[in-house]
Amino acid sequence: MIEAETLTKDYGAKRAVDGLSFTVRPGIVTGFLGPNGSGKSTTMRLILGLDAPSGGRVLVNGKRYRDHASPLHEVGALLEARSVHTGRSAQNHLLALAHTHGISRRRVADLIDLVGLHDVARRRAGKFSLGMGQRLGIATALLGDPATLLLDEPVNGLDPEGIHWIRNLLKGLAAEGRTVFVSSHLMAEMALTADHLIVIGRGRLIADTSVEDFVRRASGSVVRVRAPEATRLRDLLLGDGVAVSSPESGVLEVTGLTTDLVGETAAANAVVLHELTLVQASLEEAFMELTRDDVEYKAGVVAEPEEVAA
Amino acid sequence: MSITVEEIKLPRLASVGKVTQLRVAASEWTKLHSLRSTRWSFLVAIVLTVGLPSLFAAITASHWNHMSLREQANRHPLDIALAGVNLSQLAIAVLGVLVITGEYSTGMIRASLAAVPKRLPVLWAKAAIFAVVTFVLMVGPVVAAFFISQAILNGHHILQISFSANGVTRAVLGGALYLTLIGVFALAVGAIVRNTAGAIAAFAGLFFVVPPLLNILPQNWNQSISEYMPDSAGRAIFDLHHGLHTLSPAGGLALFAGYCALALAVAAVLLVRRDA
Repeated sequence: MIEAETLTKDYGAKRAVDGLSFTVRPGIVTGFLGPNGSGKSTTMRLILGLDAPSGGRVLVNGKRYRDHASPLHEVGALLEARSVHTGRSAQNHLLALAHTHGISRRRVADLIDLVGLHDVARRRAGKFSLGMGQRLGIATALLGDPATLLLDEPVNGLDPEGIHWIRNLLKGLAAEGRTVFVSSHLMAEMALTADHLIVIGRGRLIADTSVEDFVRRASGSVVRVRAPEATRLRDLLLGDGVAVSSPESGVLEVTGLTTDLVGETAAANAVVLHELTLVQASLEEAFMELTRDDVEYKAGVVAEPEEVAA
Repeated sequence: MSITVEEIKLPRLASVGKVTQLRVAASEWTKLHSLRSTRWSFLVAIVLTVGLPSLFAAITASHWNHMSLREQANRHPLDIALAGVNLSQLAIAVLGVLVITGEYSTGMIRASLAAVPKRLPVLWAKAAIFAVVTFVLMVGPVVAAFFISQAILNGHHILQISFSANGVTRAVLGGALYLTLIGVFALAVGAIVRNTAGAIAAFAGLFFVVPPLLNILPQNWNQSISEYMPDSAGRAIFDLHHGLHTLSPAGGLALFAGYCALALAVAAVLLVRRDA
């Protein structure tokens, strides 16, 4: 269980996290979504106490993270930035962290096997591929048998087999009653893994909802109509709360009306229809729609040179 | 290759321990001995500690008959025996810096502080483990350097001094103690600066650049200031004789240990207050 209350973090003049309040519940996989630079990683650092909040607070399993006697048993974390000494072997890395909680060598060996690093456990972590590094990070997160898992972009650098593996792992961990909080900027990945979504943009909460609700809310059901007399039909449909666009000649995309109403209007005015479909927005589109105004860095815009904060 | 959910079930942990200072020390010991840089730095320090006095003893012995009486009178066997300490301190200091800055440069610090979110036990454990390991590893070579250089000089019947002579044991062991404290000081500087190059520069500046600069000051200023500088205070620990403007061994030890404690205190405050 993670509870954030008006969590805020400023870096100099820049507000990275802005009054975030949310609760991450046990037993399900909660996706943490936002464009790059939206404050996901900062929020995770605040949960772990690596950064101190400028305002508000965040509790893990009822306490501040640093107040727990066995922190690794409360939260296992995989941070986006690598957190492994490049000169140390995977085995010694895990052993060093295990020692802080009196966790046995046996457990370290089990975890190395679990994540499939057995053959390279004695190699220096600096020589690891991105995927192997992720697996070591996941082993680190699981070391203390944590009640809550905090994973920042865990599928980064994993091959399809690895992605499949982590998806199953996360679902399995949630099914055991653990709290699983996974960040991603990839909507499609979350659609397959998460049950619940917390969406942020520019450090602010945009949505805290189930995956289905999120799509329903954001898609606003678009009706696609193909008609020879598209222009006449458009004029007939336009009204309060109705928007019509024409992506190509002879095709209309209508928002604010159901398929029934479009069909009835066409019939009443003797407009021939060649196609009438309800277009469900994909999760990806829903996400783009919701975060459009919250993307910090847009492509195609030449950014002004930023002033570097001292 | 197909993977089933059953195959990747996380085994439960039978018992979960609490974080204690002793356990963090065990963790830091594992971290220290599992890095190549540790082995290389200590190897270099040991070779320099023993090798340099042996070399100087051999050179002194072979040139002895060509030296003026005045030059001969200026040679002291302890200066030769402890010559290596002056150089090996650099290897120890660099390692002391790396013990902490290596964690910042690789990101390991995030894992370390996530495991020990109260943070201070990590700093105390790092300093204590590094101090103990440095003393244990360096006391042998420092003592060996004394006996080897004496044996070389003895072959030419010059510059003989007994290990049990007044102050000699203290000075030789002081050499090892000095290396230990310099390592702790460098570790604290590393914790304050958090960047390898910056910390080494800060350390070198304080120990090797500022002291000669003090010579520019009027002599009476220089004399009253320089004996209290970290390098002079540290050096007093392994000097056999202390002059008018140098501290006594005990005084030097107390002051140098005080500098180490101060640097560690600053590092501790910053470690707790700063974002990792």
